Amino acid sequence: MISLKKKRMLTDKIFKVIFLIFISLGLVVLAALIYDIVSKGIIMLDWEFFTRFDSRFPAKAGIKAGLFGTIYVIGLMIPITFFVGTATAIYLEEYAPKNKLTDLIKLNIANLAGIPSIIYGMLGLGVFVRYLNMGRSVLAGALTLSLLVLPVVIVSAQEALRSVPNSLRNASYALGANHWHTVYKVVLPSALPSILTGFILAISRAIGETAPLIMMGALTFVMFTPQGIMDSFTVIPIQIFNWTSLPKAEFELVAASGSLLLLILLFILNGLATFIRYRYSRK
Amino acid sequence: MSNQNVLEVKNVDFFYDDFQALENISMNIEKNKVTALIGPSGCGKSTFLRTINRMNDLIEGTRLEGNILFDGESIYQENIDVVNLRKRIGMVFQQPNPFPKSIFENVAYGPKIHGITDKIKLEEIVIESLKKAALFDEVKNRLDSSALSLSGGQQQRLCIARALAVKPEVLLMDEPASALDPVATAKIEDLIGELKNEYSIVIVTHSMQQAARVSDMTGFFLMGELVEYDKTDKIFENPSDQRTEDYITGRFG
Repeated sequence: MISLKKKRMLTDKIFKVIFLIFISLGLVVLAALIYDIVSKGIIMLDWEFFTRFDSRFPAKAGIKAGLFGTIYVIGLMIPITFFVGTATAIYLEEYAPKNKLTDLIKLNIANLAGIPSIIYGMLGLGVFVRYLNMGRSVLAGALTLSLLVLPVVIVSAQEALRSVPNSLRNASYALGANHWHTVYKVVLPSALPSILTGFILAISRAIGETAPLIMMGALTFVMFTPQGIMDSFTVIPIQIFNWTSLPKAEFELVAASGSLLLLILLFILNGLATFIRYRYSRK
Repeated sequence: MSNQNVLEVKNVDFFYDDFQALENISMNIEKNKVTALIGPSGCGKSTFLRTINRMNDLIEGTRLEGNILFDGESIYQENIDVVNLRKRIGMVFQQPNPFPKSIFENVAYGPKIHGITDKIKLEEIVIESLKKAALFDEVKNRLDSSALSLSGGQQQRLCIARALAVKPEVLLMDEPASALDPVATAKIEDLIGELKNEYSIVIVTHSMQQAARVSDMTGFFLMGELVEYDKTDKIFENPSDQRTEDYITGRFG
């Protein structure tokens, strides 16, 4: 009996150690990457870095074009994805008849979330840039990124809506509320924190995306900030990508500064998502 | 006689897809009385309750034959306004289901969706409804705090107040006390006694003692049929059907 008990405890300990090793592996790699980016990125990171355009000389290269490009593209993408994504999820969960076609649509949206982002870049190039003649503009970029994150936004909003208990819908109907009132006044407010959390995480994915925008032809060397949605643009990750491909060794430091900026942006967004979730889960 | 009946149920059959849940139900529900529906689980009493305010419409694949008259008018005719019907026939559910909003907003929800925007008017309705539901004294100092901070029994009375706020004529209650402790249950039962002066109440209950305590009329359901429907005293003291007697004496169910 005693040996059996010891054996059980031993197995317990062994597995605990195994799991610990794996999580440390991930954490060590993450810590090393962050240390690398911060230690190199901090060297060139000063106020000037934000106010200068790109340059052939590492010491004069700045992120202004990419920063403004990112703000424009993401700023335009946010309303598009939020309204289209939430509205789609509301239709699918609250209005669509429960039949095979709806199931098929839901399944395919979930599948779209798994498609490599470069495919969306090709779609954006074909449809927005060429067919709709938008050129390599901020608008075309925002629409391309919208397509990319919409499946993720829709799926997470669907889950948020599904988690609203049916008893609340019934309570609303029993008071004589119609479908729209029930959705707008009862279901949406309950689901909104989760919808927002999922949405912000999707946005932070879009901010780091490079491939689809390169594919659709965003510029790499830009000496201006976009003035309108039909202007051409670059974004932070593309500038980073561009700097890392340059032969001069100092550009590695510039790229690290860009990465650091991107990292900080993502931290802020993820922090915001966590904050919203935390704040509303306590209520 | 007929204007004493607020609801007249005529030969109602009800189906979930192919399954027949109610068979040829006919009964008159009297005004300003408490009508209790009793019977074992799955006998169709809750389904029947939900046919009265057409909540079953929300479940796909359901079908009703026969007719229900409310105030002399069919509620299953083509052009009936379901919103208006549910405004006049309120419902309280088995599990307290307050909205995750403030106490005030919960009660004000119904009047607001029916177009009342005036703040003073809304406040009047909220206070009046909370008083009628015997909850006002307990919550008057914290109308702005979350409804979820209330106890289960208070939540259920809040749900009753919420239903009363749209000024219904009939109140349907689907086992309103089954999730509550004895003290909270007693409060709800007292409340039902008070409310019947103003409203006609139909209450589904698992507890025969509760039916005997609160109701004037009792209907006994068994396997989708209304076996017996009579004055509560008669049902519990001298039922005419053997099956009713077996059930109330605890021989099954």
